[in-house]
Amino acid sequence: MSEMTFSERPMRLKNWFGIEAAGTGNREPLARAVIALLVVITAGSMFAGLAIGPISIPVLDVLPHLPAHLFSSREGAPAGVSLRDWIVIKDIRLPRVVLGALVGAALAVSGAVMQGLFRNPLADPGIVGVSAGAGLGAALFIVLGGSALAPVAAVLGYYAVPLAAFVGGLITTLLLYRIGTRGGITSVATLLLAGIALGALTGATTGLLVYVADDQELRDLQFWGLGSLAGSNWEKVTSAAPIILVMLFAVPFLARGLNGLTLGEAAATHIGIRVQRLKNISILMVAAATGASVAVSGGIGFVGIVVPHLLRLTIGPDHRYLLPAAALLGASLLIAADTLSRTIVAPAELPIGIITAFAGAPFFLWILLRRRGLMGL
Amino acid sequence: MRTLFHSRFYSLTAACALTAAALLAPSKSLLAEGTLAQSAHRIVAVGGSVTEIVFALGEEDRLVARDTTSNHPASAAKLPDVGYIRALSPEGVMSVDPDLILMLEGSGPVETVDVLKKSGVAIADIPEEFTDQGILNKVLAVGEALGVPEKAEKLAEKLKVDLETAQSEADMSSSDLRVLFILTARDGRILASGSETAASGIIALAGARNAVDDFSGYKQLSDEAVLSAAPDVVLMMQRGENHNVHPEEVFDHPALAQTPAGQNKRVIVMGGQYLLGFGPRTADAIRELSDQLSDIRS
Repeated sequence: MSEMTFSERPMRLKNWFGIEAAGTGNREPLARAVIALLVVITAGSMFAGLAIGPISIPVLDVLPHLPAHLFSSREGAPAGVSLRDWIVIKDIRLPRVVLGALVGAALAVSGAVMQGLFRNPLADPGIVGVSAGAGLGAALFIVLGGSALAPVAAVLGYYAVPLAAFVGGLITTLLLYRIGTRGGITSVATLLLAGIALGALTGATTGLLVYVADDQELRDLQFWGLGSLAGSNWEKVTSAAPIILVMLFAVPFLARGLNGLTLGEAAATHIGIRVQRLKNISILMVAAATGASVAVSGGIGFVGIVVPHLLRLTIGPDHRYLLPAAALLGASLLIAADTLSRTIVAPAELPIGIITAFAGAPFFLWILLRRRGLMGL
Repeated sequence: MRTLFHSRFYSLTAACALTAAALLAPSKSLLAEGTLAQSAHRIVAVGGSVTEIVFALGEEDRLVARDTTSNHPASAAKLPDVGYIRALSPEGVMSVDPDLILMLEGSGPVETVDVLKKSGVAIADIPEEFTDQGILNKVLAVGEALGVPEKAEKLAEKLKVDLETAQSEADMSSSDLRVLFILTARDGRILASGSETAASGIIALAGARNAVDDFSGYKQLSDEAVLSAAPDVVLMMQRGENHNVHPEEVFDHPALAQTPAGQNKRVIVMGGQYLLGFGPRTADAIRELSDQLSDIRS
């Protein structure tokens, strides 16, 4: 009962961000309007992502053919569409847009969940070791795929690097979680500190791999680290989509719990939230979704921090609205950034990680400066 | 029984179809290659040496784009750039509407190559090997792909003579100097080239010895490894924007300063693509390198 009342009036509570402490009142109508707007923006950016590129294509002539041909294994273009246009739309732009949407949504929602869970504005999926572990897994296969791990790489083929990244991320997270949990209670401080230690360890192992890597493998590692949707194809979409979609659909059920957690763990327990279960589910889902994202697109930075903060500033911290809004904004931002990365230096292309970091880092600094005043730092 | 019959019928049909496909496929692809190679006039060259070979064959009018590593000759650098050899963008390559892509071994990523193959563009793989024969093979492969095998054979013949003379000259003045190729020397960390690299290939062709050969590829050297490598001379690439280390600055490195190269401040700087490209200019590169080496020895 108390939980109900709480989630119906979350804005009245002073929360750890302090941003809406000035009593901005009920932001629910605003939040609904923003989400509706974001749906339109996401649809728009998806269309733009399909329509814009180094090759100019009459996209409206191609699109009507897509639904019928997407799931058929039939090769070749439908009547009235040139093979080149068809391949550019179906095999290059569409998988990029879909993957961009999935990865953007996964990263932004993961960031929002982590920040809520840790009650720390700077938390992002990297903090639970996913990124470092995934990076190690990928490096392992990029460097040793041709030698020590050749049999495994031969079996997995195309999926070797993404799968290794996913497994690496998950293992690191589970390990960290085991370290941080004692007597059934997860200590956030232990988790953060152990995360730093594990990060250093995986970083060192990756460094060791860099040492044995040859010239080409080094370049692969470097490009992978910058992050890119350039290698998007349907295999990657189908390998990442199930994991990310499960997370996106499950996460709204955590919203009330995360709202309650803003009061602190003890208070949240008193109003009937099963805090430990909330932590378990959140961390596992974030690890899986981020691992899947990192696996297919490399290290795309700052989406997980910038998007949730931007939204908290406008619609407030209520997770019931924040989480879906973060998914939509993350998706459209990443699609927009990717469209930019494909066109800005055409016919070459810029790794998307560079664009998101360029846009994200200054914004991140701005938040830091703003919050410095609020926190009295 | 019926299902058995059905499955037999299907497998028989499938077998027939497969045989027919197998019989048809080679002849068809041969035909396609033959005609494509002759008529290809919108060619993308990926790999600096590949582009240089196309120019050396006098077929540069058929090029429509190149990769980032193809910056020689100057008119090649004016062509649209489809990205770094290992990070080609599929739509970028397709946007120049190519009918043939010459790809040096190691071009990628795989995803891009897959999509390009699917789009029906002809792709010719050009092998890379850091020896004199490797250069000739490259020339022949490019000539084959362009449909000008006679021209390529002539060029290969000329290059062969050229390379042989350059090598025998280099051997005569054979210095047996120990050469340390340094890729980067930032923050006192020396990234040197071991065996099986383009650098070690060109050092061997110039009649000198690679100072480090106990590992393959490019690796960071510890101070003690630098000392025990005891190079007589340091070889570096001329850099543009991002690695602007002044040649003599490498000898600020405490260990390197103790080596024969450091004590005599001996460093040779050459253009990267010129030195390591293994293309038509390699004979000149051998001459220049061995000249500089024999200057040092005397």
